[in-house]
This record gives sequence, C-alpha cells and structure tokens, in this order.
Amino acid sequence: MGDEALALGALHAGLSGVYAYPGTPSTEITEYIQQSPLSRERGVRSRWCTNEKTAMEAALGMSYAGKRALVCMKHVGMNVCADAFVNAAITGVKGGLVVLAADDPSMHSSQNEQDSRFYGKFAMIPVLEPSCQQEAYDMVADAFALSEQLRLPVLMRLVTRLAHSRAAVQVGELRPQNPFSPDDERTRWVLLPGNAKRQYAALIALQPQLLAAAESSAYNRLEMPGQGPDELGVIAVGIGYNYVREALPQGTPVLKVSQYPVPAQQVRDLAARCCRILVVEDGQPFVEEQVRALLGADYPIQGRLTGVLPRTGELTPDCVAEALGAGGPQAPARAEHLAPRPPQLCQGCGHRDVYTALNQVATEFPGARIFGDIGCYTLGALPPFRAIDSCVDMGASITMAKGAADAGLRPAIAVIGDSTFTHSGMTGLLDAVNDHSAITVIISDNLTTAMTGGQDSAGTHKFEAICLALGVEREHLHVVVPLPKNMEEITRILREEIAYEGVSVIIPQRECMQTLGRKLRQKKQAQ
Amino acid sequence: MKIDIKLAGVGGQGILSIATVLGEAATAAGLQLKQAEVHGMSQRGGDVQSDLRLSTEPIWSDLIPLGGADLIISMEPMEALRYLPYLAPEGVVVTSSHPFVNIPNYPDEAALLAELDALPRVARKDIEETARTAGLPKSANMVLLGMAAPYIGLLEPQQLRDAIARVFARKGEAVVQANLQAFDLGLGCK
Repeated sequence: MGDEALALGALHAGLSGVYAYPGTPSTEITEYIQQSPLSRERGVRSRWCTNEKTAMEAALGMSYAGKRALVCMKHVGMNVCADAFVNAAITGVKGGLVVLAADDPSMHSSQNEQDSRFYGKFAMIPVLEPSCQQEAYDMVADAFALSEQLRLPVLMRLVTRLAHSRAAVQVGELRPQNPFSPDDERTRWVLLPGNAKRQYAALIALQPQLLAAAESSAYNRLEMPGQGPDELGVIAVGIGYNYVREALPQGTPVLKVSQYPVPAQQVRDLAARCCRILVVEDGQPFVEEQVRALLGADYPIQGRLTGVLPRTGELTPDCVAEALGAGGPQAPARAEHLAPRPPQLCQGCGHRDVYTALNQVATEFPGARIFGDIGCYTLGALPPFRAIDSCVDMGASITMAKGAADAGLRPAIAVIGDSTFTHSGMTGLLDAVNDHSAITVIISDNLTTAMTGGQDSAGTHKFEAICLALGVEREHLHVVVPLPKNMEEITRILREEIAYEGVSVIIPQRECMQTLGRKLRQKKQAQ
Repeated sequence: MKIDIKLAGVGGQGILSIATVLGEAATAAGLQLKQAEVHGMSQRGGDVQSDLRLSTEPIWSDLIPLGGADLIISMEPMEALRYLPYLAPEGVVVTSSHPFVNIPNYPDEAALLAELDALPRVARKDIEETARTAGLPKSANMVLLGMAAPYIGLLEPQQLRDAIARVFARKGEAVVQANLQAFDLGLGCK
C-alpha cells in the first residue's frame, strides 16, 4: 500500500519518531511503523497521540532535538494542528520534519474534500505529492533531506487511492538515525514579535530556493516527444499522472508535477509548445488556479474549473480519458436489481444500545436534539436509528449542544465517542461546566478508536477521573453498561439527567465487538 | 498480457483475503500488480470492492476503467450486479448466488438471479452451502477463488494453491488444508 511504502521509506530514512492520530486514509502508516521489527530495533517512538496538534508539536520537539520525525494525519487533521503547523514554518526545524496529510477526494470516509496542498502554500513550505507507491517510498528520504537542507518542515500529500492501493516497491539503503543534538538558537524558537518578524522575513527570502528545488526536482518532469508545436499539453499532477498515462494519445507533451511550489518555468516551457493546456489533479484546482495566474487570462487552460473534469470527487481513469478526448468503449448499463448497501453498526455493538435508549427517551421530549460527533456512532444517523441531528467536526457535539442550550434548547444532548472526547471534547466540556450549561453528555466508550480499525484510545479507564477533574458533579456522572438487559436503568438515568439544569455526563462503557473478537482469536491462536 | 479483476462483496465476507492470495501468486510469478482497496467506514456491513490489476507490462492507473474488467469475482449476487458497468464486453462474472440480506429493501431474489443468468458469461454457485456441506464454513471465499481460477489466464491453479499455502501458513496447517480443499472444490465445479 502507498501508506506502507511511505512508512517503510521513513524508517529507512532514519526516522526516530512518528506522531499521529488515526484517520482514514492515513492510519496504516503509523500502524506499519508500530509493527515493524526495524522500528523496535531502532527504538522508533510510535504510540498514538491524543490529537493532531499534540502530534505536530511533539514531532517539532523531536526535530528540535536533532532527530527525524514524521507526523501523520488525514486532511481534516491539518485543521486541528494548523496553529503548530504554520508556526513550525516560522521557527523552522533542526532534524528533518515531514508532515503527512492524507486527503480523501470523493469523501470515502470524510466530511469534506479539502486539499492539503493549500496548507503547504499557506505556510510557504515545500510540498511533495507522490504519483505512485514507489515515489511514496523514495520521496520520504528526499523530503527529510530537503527539510534539513532548508531547515523547514516539508508537507507530503497522499490521496486515498494511493494510500490504500498496493504495488511492488524497490527498497533502497538503510540510513542511520540522526544523533541527539538539541538546537540552541533561541532567537529562532522563541516567537516573540521581534524574533518572529526576522524569522518570517527569512522564510520569505528562502522562497526562491524552494522554487529552484521544485524546478530541478526529479519528481517534476517535462516529457515532450516530437518537435511541436502541439495542440494539447497536459499538466499531470500527483496520482493524476497515472490516469493520464493510461489514456494519453501518443505524442502528447506532459508536464508531470509532484513537487511544489509549482515549477513555473516548466509550465511556461510547456505552454510555449502547445495551444492549450489541460490540468489533471486530484482534489481542488490548486495547480489550475496557479497556472492561470502564471500564463494570463488569454491562454486557454482547462481542468476542474472549466468543467472538462468534474469539480468534485476523485479522478477516475474514465473522467481523465474523456477530458483527453480518448473515451473508451461504451460501458454496459447499470443493473436493474440493485439497492444501496450503506455501512452500519456491527451486531452486538454497544452504540446500538445507546441509541435504542436515546430514541426511547427522546420520544418523551419533543424538543430534544441530539448532537453527534465523528466515529462509528455517526452511523446512528442512518436507519434504523436516525438518532442524531448533527455531526460536524471532532468534538463539536458537546460545544454545539452547549451553544444550543445557551440559546434555550431543551433537552440538548451530546453523543461523543471515547477517543473523540479526548481528542477535542474535554475543553468543550470544561466550557460547559464553567457556564453551568444545561446539557447531557453521553461519552459512548468502547475502549478503542473503532472506526479506523481499533487503535488504542488515549483516555481508556480515565474518563470518570477526567470528567470529575473538569468539574462535573459526582452525582451527575454515571457509568453504565450498554446491554439490552440494562435498558431500564439507562433510560431512567437519561430521564433524570435530562431534567437536571446543568452538566451531566453518562458513560456507557463496553468494549468494541471488533477488538473483543480480535483479542479472543489471538488468545485462541496462542493456545 | 493483462487481467483486470473487480472483487466485490459485503464488509467481512473475505474479499481482501482473495485479493491477498491473488497478489501473492502474482508477485511470486513476477507479474506487475496494482490493487486498490476500500478501508475505513465502508467496512461495516456495507458494500466493499477492490480493483486488482495484473499484467506482464507496467500498470499505470490503480483503478479499472468502466467497461474494462475482464473478471468480476463477487461474494454476493447483488454486489456482482453493482459493478456491471465495469465489466468488459467479453468479461466473465463469477459469483456466489447466496444473498446477504442486511438491508430492508433487498431486491427480489428470483429477479436478481434471473438478471445475473441473462449475462452472456456467468458462473454462479451457492458457495456458502458448498463450503458448509464440506465442513469448511469459513472458507467460502476460497471456493469462489477456485471457481474463478480457470478465467485468470495469467496464473495457473497450482500457483494459486501455492499462494494459499503461503498466505495462510501463519494460521496453522489445518487452516491451510481447509482453504486448499475449498479452492479445489470450487475449481472442480465450474
């Protein structure tokens, strides 16, 4: 898999620590490092972090101490770590620091299609975007080297199709880890305005070097067969290059782009040879907009902005072939006897009992609203439960319930998972406690980060202590076991706490069926 | 020479194990391979699919184009129908005929099977039943792989057997034997 190739590339490049919060499609990178014998042999730090911001900051600390660190997350995790990410470009780094963002065009497992390359441009750092599994492996070592050479973090961007697609990869040499050598240039690291102004000016002064690196990068390549001039030139970005090569008519010039800033001179060279340019990129029209700015309004440029490629969703070999005017044979029609089969909560899952109880009680309160959050339990929005009224971002259940309660909504109920609570729910709960907001919070604790495949959850066995420490009153904090036989107890507690004009927390606690099953199988195999 | 295979089923039915065996056999045979999988939310009882491309030449796209699949291998009859737009004009469908009903609006079973049977090249069998009768209830997916084996021109059945032995080795000899037996059952009933 692209994720595994990248992980192995990082290990071979002398990685000392990976810092990450699970998120599809990035999860397998950290899992691969956790399970690798080389990782154990070299003492690579790899435990899951509480969220992407703690991950980014810890990685920056490891870089400060001179070692190579990798931060992994899904695209929306970039929003969580943005403060640390953007400012790491101002401080700069010591040991190589690579930030890996896995984007999810088509939203296979996400709530938006945001394109992480914008974050790289925003922070003014180099961005690398592999087109295939081999590049995913090769690029990491180059990204670390570039990071140390420029003393900047480097952003690597994957998309779902590469992250979760397998191919054979040739591996390279094993590089030693960096020695421990903490930085001591305080004026770089203490971002008081006086220092920050100097650092920011230095970052801007470095930009021509970033562009030069992209122009001379082995990952950016102008392929111009023949003598020209040509009617069509193609800018094939990241994984888009594969779809272009799959369908490209013979002899068409192609600029392959996998390293940013956009290699401006190569774009001009291609434009000089061709009458029009088609930009093929997965995600948002990041390169297309910049190429428009580079070549001016009169040069014909096509892509997602002009509708030649769809504005939303991931690229496919089909839409790219059509854009190239090389559409394949007529595809057979869709079958007649077909129904959608959406994912659902597992049979026996504790979240099911939570929603059964909630739905039962909610019918007694016509004004009730249930604010959901990100995790398996978001599936409670679908039939048969149809139990939640919102799901926006990690932690928003508690804070949105609080805001709605402040506005007079009763009862305002939040449903959040254990891992999401420690990721981004705790601070919101403190706000609610301080405001004495009338909300009922359900922390549905299955002792794992289930949706991404059962990773360790940061707060397991600590939730009562955390809630009490945040100021939740003892008499309004309950732990229950979500099972059908306990339904009467759970619904009684729910009714009582909904009636309470303050913060109450109910923690239904029962292990995820998937992780439980896996443990039982492992135990059986060991016998 | 190339073969593009669309693998389909419901989360938890074992299509990724089929993909792993095919991938192992292809790698051992020195073939080029790309295999796109679905992870994450879609696993939980929802439809899952994987694109597996094998070739003697370099492969570019991770995804199979519409009308490009030489073979659809499906653990479930309705899931086989879901990917018909990907089937090549000369393509073959190898599928279980045993419906997995976990949605309220599952289509009429007889009509669904009739639609399958109307396809020019289709092999279908109740692999769950075959596996259970043979005392191999956990190896239905290898019965299906056996059924599909004659259509995978780039790999011989023996290469797939060897791959099964390597892939399941860490689960013990009994599991290897059960899966080999299931594979041979599928291969024998084309």
